[in-house]
Amino acid sequence: MTTAFDPSSWSCPVALRNSTTIVMGHGGGGRLSAELVEHLFLPAFGGSGSVLADLGDAAVLGVGGVRLAFSTDSFVVRPRFFPGGNLGELAANGTINDVSMTGATPLFLSAAFVLEEGLAMNELGVLAQALGKAAARAGVAVVTGDTKVVDSGHGDGAYITTAGIGLLAPGVDFGPHRVTPGDAIIVSGPIGLHGIAVLSVRDGFEFGAEILSDTAALNGLVATMMAEGLDIHMLRDPTRGGVAATLNEIALSSNTGIEIVERNVPVPDVVSSACSMLGLDPLQVANEGRLVAFLARNDADRAIEVLHRHELGQGAALIGEVVETHRGVVVAKTGIGGSRVIDLPMSEQLPRIC
Amino acid sequence: MKYLEEFNDPAAATRILDDIARNVHSEWSIMEVCGGQTHTIIRNGIDQLLPGAVTLIHGPGCPVCVTPLEMIDRALAIAARPGVIFCTFGDMARVPGSHQDLLQVKAAGGDVRLVYSPLDAVKLAKENPDRQVVFFAIGFETTAPANAMTVVLAKQQGLRNFSLLVSHVLVPPAMSAILDAPNCRVQGFLAAGHVCTVMGMAQYEPFVENYHVPIVVTGFEPLDVLEGIRRVLFQLEEGQARLENAYSRAVTFEGNRPAQKIIEEVFQVCDRQWRGIGMIPQSGWRLSDAYMEFDAEQRFDVGTIVATESELCHSGEVLRGNITPPECPSFGVECSPRNPLGAPMVSSEGACAAYYQFRRIEVLEPIRR
Repeated sequence: MTTAFDPSSWSCPVALRNSTTIVMGHGGGGRLSAELVEHLFLPAFGGSGSVLADLGDAAVLGVGGVRLAFSTDSFVVRPRFFPGGNLGELAANGTINDVSMTGATPLFLSAAFVLEEGLAMNELGVLAQALGKAAARAGVAVVTGDTKVVDSGHGDGAYITTAGIGLLAPGVDFGPHRVTPGDAIIVSGPIGLHGIAVLSVRDGFEFGAEILSDTAALNGLVATMMAEGLDIHMLRDPTRGGVAATLNEIALSSNTGIEIVERNVPVPDVVSSACSMLGLDPLQVANEGRLVAFLARNDADRAIEVLHRHELGQGAALIGEVVETHRGVVVAKTGIGGSRVIDLPMSEQLPRIC
Repeated sequence: MKYLEEFNDPAAATRILDDIARNVHSEWSIMEVCGGQTHTIIRNGIDQLLPGAVTLIHGPGCPVCVTPLEMIDRALAIAARPGVIFCTFGDMARVPGSHQDLLQVKAAGGDVRLVYSPLDAVKLAKENPDRQVVFFAIGFETTAPANAMTVVLAKQQGLRNFSLLVSHVLVPPAMSAILDAPNCRVQGFLAAGHVCTVMGMAQYEPFVENYHVPIVVTGFEPLDVLEGIRRVLFQLEEGQARLENAYSRAVTFEGNRPAQKIIEEVFQVCDRQWRGIGMIPQSGWRLSDAYMEFDAEQRFDVGTIVATESELCHSGEVLRGNITPPECPSFGVECSPRNPLGAPMVSSEGACAAYYQFRRIEVLEPIRR
């Protein structure tokens, strides 16, 4: 470090007063991540007037008469191979999905590899092949890349960063500004599978049945929904922090209230029993091949039909609606008829004691 | 696991609630001892569905919350030492000590590992013979058998690099302390099901006789908790005080004998400080003389620890059931899960965290306004 950094000059030192160092939670997709972006990165990169300030998963940019969607994401999953996928496949699908959620057609990807000395060449080959195949399957070309190698002990085998560019058709405009009270909220399939699949191999749990990650590129599904003329207001893929984080972010950015019916959220038995055992909330568990759609109420039934006809929309369900009240807050009707607030997760989820 | 769905059935819940509404005529206050049950109640809105005459008082049964600050500071000091792998349940990782928490020690270079089973810590000790592996053995009777098993295995395997930092607490002495307090409002108890799975039910018979309070052993799913509440209320309405088991799918009268046996071998009863409550005589376990060589407090000299509790935190009052979390002046103002002043705001079983997470609209938005 060459210059001393004075935290008192941060835009909001109070929010970060207990965090003079990075902790794992800053990458967890919850409240700590949001604070880091808001108070450290955003001021550093141009502040509230910039494109970045929209804080979407992808930026929408007007360039030479067309609109492009542009996004980047780093992938550090451990282990690199998990039931249903691997790091390479995830790195392609994750960025393709971020671009797709704007309604853009993803076209190009970059892929940058940070490799630790000692990584098996064979393994790198498998990861690269998987990334290439996933991109090709989604009709996206990998057009540029980079490779760096770090000393043994200074990396965790392999990290991959991808960036993606997509093209928006004229008139396509998804985002929090279009979310209005009355909108229906749909999730495209069973939730929590990716997070539990990774946990099952990382920590050696047996949950009685093999759980496969849901990792998938969603651009085809989005294209189908758009081709059917559904009045979509906003799409988001609920990755880190799960559906809970996604709904909270949208409630805040659209300044609306969100109400869901817990019983209608499609949680596979194996996910709910694993979560119950470990003290996790399925709504906070990561997904890598699901989307949450906000759309006009009148189109809700048709949207479910459209999703059910698509391979990646099996199990899609209407989970709730946008309301006028409790703006910025997500409320769930509980299974037995009470209600509770669904909070933004604090940081990464921690397993409980008993 | 279909039963999760069955124990959330709205029709069955309505039947129990209707039964309670029809048959309960007086005002009653019931304490659920266990923090897991507190979360079920708040998360599912059970307290809102009960008649207004029924008050639920949240008990001290959150193991993380009652672990003394001095012990957490000791854990932080040991975890920060070079050469140590410090293993803990995830709940404990974010509980604030006097100045920092275990995740901050980890971020500063300490080797802190979150484990799901205490036996994982023994495995780590075997795999890392040149490191000292310490497991933070906290909890009630529920976690004690597995924690005890670690030192039995370590002894069998001759592991000299494994130790336990023990801060175990016991439910019955805490119940005595609550009932003996001059301002005690508790008229009946939901006993913690998982504690009884291990220890059985016999320990609670003297309470029923000496204090004339109904005690119902209760599970953790929404219908379990509702059924426990119904049974306590019906006893109260009838003027009865019996020990009942509403969690028979997991609890027998004798409990788990092999588990009790290993606890008897490894631990011995001692006085224990409870965070927010104070010293309760004969309310904890420490390692028995036969296993003292595995005591991390003996193995690591961390000097004198001066623990400083936040003056703004009223978690003691919450843990004793004297106030609900929103009645604490710091709730949602100086204290939140983001900047917790006390453990109940952090733990997944803490009452303050339950209210903060699930009741924001009712209790937090008015405070902010």
